[in-house]
Amino acid sequence: MYSSIAEILEQSGNNKKTFWEVVMEADMESRDVSREESRQKMEQLLDVMRDADQSYEGELKSASGLSGGDGKLLEAYNQAGKNLCGYFMGKVMERAIKMGESNACMKRIVAAPTAGSCGVIPAVLLSYEEYRNVPKDELINAMYVAAGIGKVIGESASIAGASGGCQAEIGTASAMAAGALAYLQGGGSEEIANAMALALKNMLGLACDPVGGLVEVPCVKRNSHGAVNAVASAQIALAGVKSAISPDDVIDSMRRIGSEMPVSLKETGKGGLATSESAKRICECTAGGFCFGK
Amino acid sequence: MEIFDIIGPVMVGPSSSHTAGAVRIGYVASRLLGEKVKEAEIFLYGSFLDTGKGHGTDKALVAGLLGMKPDDYKIASSLEIAERENIRIEFGESKLPEAHPNTAELILRGESGNTIDVVGESVGGGRINIAKIDGIDTNFSGECPTLIVHNLDQPGHVSEVTSMLAHKSVNIASMQLYRSHRGGRAVMVVECDQEIPQDGIDWLTHVEGVLKVTYFEGSAE
Ligand code: SF4
Repeated sequence: MYSSIAEILEQSGNNKKTFWEVVMEADMESRDVSREESRQKMEQLLDVMRDADQSYEGELKSASGLSGGDGKLLEAYNQAGKNLCGYFMGKVMERAIKMGESNACMKRIVAAPTAGSCGVIPAVLLSYEEYRNVPKDELINAMYVAAGIGKVIGESASIAGASGGCQAEIGTASAMAAGALAYLQGGGSEEIANAMALALKNMLGLACDPVGGLVEVPCVKRNSHGAVNAVASAQIALAGVKSAISPDDVIDSMRRIGSEMPVSLKETGKGGLATSESAKRICECTAGGFCFGK
Repeated sequence: MEIFDIIGPVMVGPSSSHTAGAVRIGYVASRLLGEKVKEAEIFLYGSFLDTGKGHGTDKALVAGLLGMKPDDYKIASSLEIAERENIRIEFGESKLPEAHPNTAELILRGESGNTIDVVGESVGGGRINIAKIDGIDTNFSGECPTLIVHNLDQPGHVSEVTSMLAHKSVNIASMQLYRSHRGGRAVMVVECDQEIPQDGIDWLTHVEGVLKVTYFEGSAE
């Protein structure tokens, strides 16, 4: 059992376990399940992520008309070989936006940690799988790494935009994905922790300001940025760079920032992008489109 | 918190509170009715009213009424399915004076004429709370096996229920009692750790003073 990143590091250090083993064994203990049961459940979630990724429909539009079709644009751009960031990063961006759009269009996804941020983790994991041909077991291990990081953040801070702002949703997803990728690329527990801390630090203070209160603008595109941030953070950590602020202190900073954040920036649609002139125009022309009241 | 609350649940988007939670409210409400829904009047409150269309809350509630779970890919077409099955659905604005921001009131009529009025709240992460049944305040999630007994407010009914459960080796996780007024109608909500065998439920329905027994096995995912 663990309640901080430091505790995971301690347990993986002393007992010569890996990060994912600590997380998996704690799950087996807390839900009283066997190793196979635990891993099967994780595998199912990975399979649903893959299904969701493959069943993207570029023609779909969300009920409000605000989302849909952007993943297709990125796909075409990537296929034309124009993406300066290279094949892997291009795919990460494309997959993240596609998944965010699928969510907005009422398709089946895995909340990770939430529905609004569901694109970040699969974008990084599935793109790495495609790029490096990783065995499935490794991917499942990486999901445990991500889940352990997310659990610590959820318990010590928050994973809900309504209580912590978007740093708690896209920020958490990005930290989870950074740790998972660091693991997949051969990083040990220290590198995983640093990747996670670097990713989350860059998301601190991010407001939750969805236009019209819908999980669409800016959410869909933020999935892509959260995923790119995760990849960058993992590379920096794997190069040996350490976060000057410890992972648990970063998480606690996120908690404090979340509680100091005004309510207008916590999923109320009453501040930030949601009250911009553009947002007002969007809401006017789709009035009645997403609301029963008017 | 478990790791599968972090990665998971599997759900149809876009919002765990406005979509997944709404499916659960519809699902639990239809189970509480205990038969196939024929007519539904659905009243939305707060954020459900303001952003419900964009989040598919309408489709989600109806999907739940049709027996779908939050991960059912048919949720998006629930309104058409209901129409095909000749289920009459009407939406309106809730007149509740004060409620949780994500609240829906569902007034349901079943095939054989039974009716029920359920107020459900989506409290975050897809979890729900059933706040009222037929005007009587309640407070349960529908995640574990739940037994709901409507009875006359007379002595002895609580012990009839608890001894039946003891007899069937079912452990009680929580038990709540509500009544309209002294000597009026009462509702007992019992959340259990194990499923209750059908014969125990059948037995209860025949007890004098018991008006209605509803049971469902829980809908954690
Ligand atoms: S802006 Fe708010 S609703 Fe959108 S992804 Fe971020 S936290 Fe979620």
